Amino acid sequence: MSDAAAIPADAHGHGHHHPDLQHHFDTLDQQHEAATLGMWLFLVTEVLFFGGLFMAYLIYRVWYHDAWVAGSRELSIALGGFNTVVLIGSSLTMAMAVRSAQTGYRRATVGWLIGTMVLGLTFLVVKVFEYKDKFDHHHVPGFDFQVDQAHAGIAGPMQIFFSLYFTMTGLHALHMIIGFGLMSVITWMAYKGRFSPQWSTPVEMSGLYWHFVDIVWIFLFPLLYLVDRTGG
Amino acid sequence: MEMTLAAPRVDYLNVRHTVASWLLTKDHKRIGIMYLVVVSIAFFVGGLFASLIRFELATPAGDLVSSDTYNRLFTMHGVAMVFFVLIPAVPAILGNFVLPLMLGAKDVAFPKINLLSWYVFVIGFLFTIYAMVTGGVDTGWTFYTPYSSRASSSNVMMTGIGVFITGFSSILTGLNFMVTIHRMRAPGLTWFRLPLFVWAIYATSLVQVLGTPVIAITVLALAVERGLHFGIFDPVLGGDPVLFQHLFWFYSHPAVYIMILPPMGAISEVIACFSRKNIFGYSFVAFSSLAIAIFGFLVWAHHLFVAGISIYSALVFSFLTYAVAIPSAVKTFNWTATLYKGAIWLKAPMIWAICFLGLFLVGGLTGLFTAALGVDVHIHDTYFVVAHFHFIMVGGAIMGYFAGLHYWWPKMTGRMYSDAAAKVAAVIVFVGFNLTFGPQFILGYLGMPRRYHMYPEEFQVLNVLSSAGASILAVGYVLVAVYLIASLFYGEEAGDNPWHATGLEWTTQSPPSPHNFDVQPVVTEGAYEYSKREIKVV
Amino acid sequence: MSSLFQIIPEQASTLAPKVDQLYWFIIGVTAFFGILVSILVVYFAVKYRTNDPLAVGAPITGSIPLELAWSVIPFLISVVIFGWAAQVFFDIYRPPDQSLEIYATGKRWMWKFQHLDGKAEINELHVPVGRAVKVTFTSEDVLHSLYFPSFRTKADAIPGRYSSVWFNATKVGEFHIFCAEYCGTRHSGMIGKVHVMEPAAYQAWLSGAGGGGTMASRGERLFGELACNTCHLADGSGRGPSLVNKFGTQEQLANGSVVNVDESYVRESILTPQLKVVAGYQPVMPTFQGLVNEESVMALLEYVKSLQSSSGGAAAAANTAAPPAAAPAQENR
Repeated sequence: MSDAAAIPADAHGHGHHHPDLQHHFDTLDQQHEAATLGMWLFLVTEVLFFGGLFMAYLIYRVWYHDAWVAGSRELSIALGGFNTVVLIGSSLTMAMAVRSAQTGYRRATVGWLIGTMVLGLTFLVVKVFEYKDKFDHHHVPGFDFQVDQAHAGIAGPMQIFFSLYFTMTGLHALHMIIGFGLMSVITWMAYKGRFSPQWSTPVEMSGLYWHFVDIVWIFLFPLLYLVDRTGG
Repeated sequence: MEMTLAAPRVDYLNVRHTVASWLLTKDHKRIGIMYLVVVSIAFFVGGLFASLIRFELATPAGDLVSSDTYNRLFTMHGVAMVFFVLIPAVPAILGNFVLPLMLGAKDVAFPKINLLSWYVFVIGFLFTIYAMVTGGVDTGWTFYTPYSSRASSSNVMMTGIGVFITGFSSILTGLNFMVTIHRMRAPGLTWFRLPLFVWAIYATSLVQVLGTPVIAITVLALAVERGLHFGIFDPVLGGDPVLFQHLFWFYSHPAVYIMILPPMGAISEVIACFSRKNIFGYSFVAFSSLAIAIFGFLVWAHHLFVAGISIYSALVFSFLTYAVAIPSAVKTFNWTATLYKGAIWLKAPMIWAICFLGLFLVGGLTGLFTAALGVDVHIHDTYFVVAHFHFIMVGGAIMGYFAGLHYWWPKMTGRMYSDAAAKVAAVIVFVGFNLTFGPQFILGYLGMPRRYHMYPEEFQVLNVLSSAGASILAVGYVLVAVYLIASLFYGEEAGDNPWHATGLEWTTQSPPSPHNFDVQPVVTEGAYEYSKREIKVV
Repeated sequence: MSSLFQIIPEQASTLAPKVDQLYWFIIGVTAFFGILVSILVVYFAVKYRTNDPLAVGAPITGSIPLELAWSVIPFLISVVIFGWAAQVFFDIYRPPDQSLEIYATGKRWMWKFQHLDGKAEINELHVPVGRAVKVTFTSEDVLHSLYFPSFRTKADAIPGRYSSVWFNATKVGEFHIFCAEYCGTRHSGMIGKVHVMEPAAYQAWLSGAGGGGTMASRGERLFGELACNTCHLADGSGRGPSLVNKFGTQEQLANGSVVNVDESYVRESILTPQLKVVAGYQPVMPTFQGLVNEESVMALLEYVKSLQSSSGGAAAAANTAAPPAAAPAQENR
């Protein structure tokens, strides 16, 4: 299985620099450090992006705890838990993909990346089922939102809960779809043998992004699905 | 113009002439010019709306346009100026052009992302223009709920989308600049040898990266509230319309520091150069930029003093607001001290910088009124606030931008503009500006609320003065456009360093070559070592 | 009065001189520093000017003592301004206990004021001079802001919440009422006049035509029409707690926490009753959202306030002679 790619022969005719070294950088190291710093900064912006919704969630949870409990109970722990395991698994496969790329194992890289995409797709499919279930139960705000009689008095705050549920998980799902697109490109590049121990930066950067999307879900799951679930 | 038999030098402007070579460029200098074009269009659009506003307000009755139209005018004036002029002007135009040169680098860290940021900016601008021409938006640039989510029948969604998209341009620019400054400084260019413009851009980038995502999510939340009838801010469901204000201002207050920090950086460059001296208190000025960026995130609720926040909350935010004013004061004192025993060369950039000092002083000092809880209750949402922020944003940010533009224009274009015309324009703008916004302080304390289409008769005289000033201001700005554009055709060649300034950008040719430096510069001294030059001390 | 020479509005309340004094102080401080720095800038620029582009300035780089001085001194001045302004802020938002109560609602695009005796005014407000007046208000739709420039006070009208301002008018006359939060098409038309009257004139106005029963009596009528009295029995044996002597006290909730029974809690209990249920009672109260508007809620509120066991029934404290029964100034502050 080992077919570590050698440094491709200099195809640019530029002399002695690596073909993946961009002209405004001096060394591959500098380029790699710049890319890494850039991606981390981007992830910080994503934290702030989701952060606004988390703040709204926090405030309303304190104000309307009962509605949060009632809303949370309408979500399926089984499906949410399954998805959590799936996503953590996909982070594992992603990490393996990065490692394979860094050590020059082309086929392994492609395999692990495909595995990541499969798990990611599984997550999204489960999400579709969850959303459909919510729609059937009239729990989608703005689309004939209704709650059962027992909760009639907290219908308003429950609608806020579901507004936040859909916005937060929807935004997360959007990030996963973008990540999926990213993975497709990276998988293709890996298949074409573009990565080597000297240069696997795109795989690493995608890995960072994917892990971030995973971590957001790690927060979303308990906050949305596990409100006051102790004691059933 | 001199006749020369030598072949013209290759520079970033003449290296390729096709449209594709511009639209697909990765050269930070060309991208800076492309931003200049779009921002100038936005400035013109915003200025047009401002002119109509001041025309209308010359009389107490609402007799020029309908109330609905007026409400759209001030909203679109704000949206155009805030998001498409003030936020990008210095960073995306001057920063893009000058930063890699100042650092001795060949380009920014991510040239393709730089180009992407311009496209994102243009797309956002197009969405917003589309919203403007298909009926406009009338919520105020602040989009407060529930009016924006439930009541307004204007193009809220379209404008929101435009603002949302443009925010990413700001984020990408800030991200790019931060990585560039961290990773692409020339050998020997340590942090404390950096020009203060770089410190300012760095501090601004921090704010762009941390703050802009919050306005993005806020606009997104507004969009789902309005479009899908979700209920995050809806009081009928138990939601809090004031939550929108908190989220909105959590970005929009730091945003004003995005608007002012880079112009302050440009002012530092201009004052150092035209005083032929090191900036007094270099490290204090550098750290004050960081302090403003950080403290700027802690004061947002001073926009909510009368919106029902708790008294104790108000106390905290008022105190922090005074704290954030101190670094700006420190800068102003340091600039003034730089002039002491300088060799003051009163060329046009310096005149603009001095005008900046006067106007920014007023703007900053009037912040002391709005930060004062007991006074703010009276002046909140009146013309006092309008005057305060225009002094900072126009008198400060735009003047600083113009100072920088006049300073680096020879480098960017290879041409000199008419120094006399530029000085005249600066004075016209200074006078027109004071006449426009000075009376508004009085109007505000007298109680005239902002965003008023019609107003009681007793406020007319001051409004007329303000409108008269606006026409003078307009003349000044038009004059700037005229002589700058004229310089492209008739201006004399600038030479590499017409201002005899320090700084790596001035060691290149004017305009710079496509790859900036033929040989990697190495830095061995601080940014403003004028004193190590000729011994001719004044 | 020529507006060119008037730079502050009339001082028509006890608050106004306090706010203006602070204003003049800040003007003094800012003018001092503004003029000082401007003069220095111009002076240096002129004195040290040169036409020789190759001249250089003196090799001065900084001075730590100077930096400390011009950081610390402005900071100390800021602390003084902050403290003084905070003091005034407390005065502005803490109404005296014995305030004359008035209710108001803002809605696009008018202000409707309700007096306790039942009189309603639109865009006009009659008040007596020399008496503390507290206006409790909300919005029926979007954000508005109730602004009395001559009294130097304002507060935003927020749908879903009560706000209040208070003032003690010191001059007889007419003064502006403005809406100070953009609210759509006729935002600049949402203005009015407050008429401050001598006590005798005010009494005369009060006893003039208008009203339709006191607010409290209207509230009592609503209490019956909406069947509140079927659960909220006076002896507490019904499905809901008794409301007699309840206003102004503290109540323990089902979730263990304690609330002040203030204007906000009464309003919440009518519109979103199941959020803060009293301990010992079931969450069965239906919501009246959509069945009552904000004005009716205020009438019901006045009725609940009037339920003191000594007077019983709808004996609303008339605002003619004595000030109404003391209500604790409980707002969301």
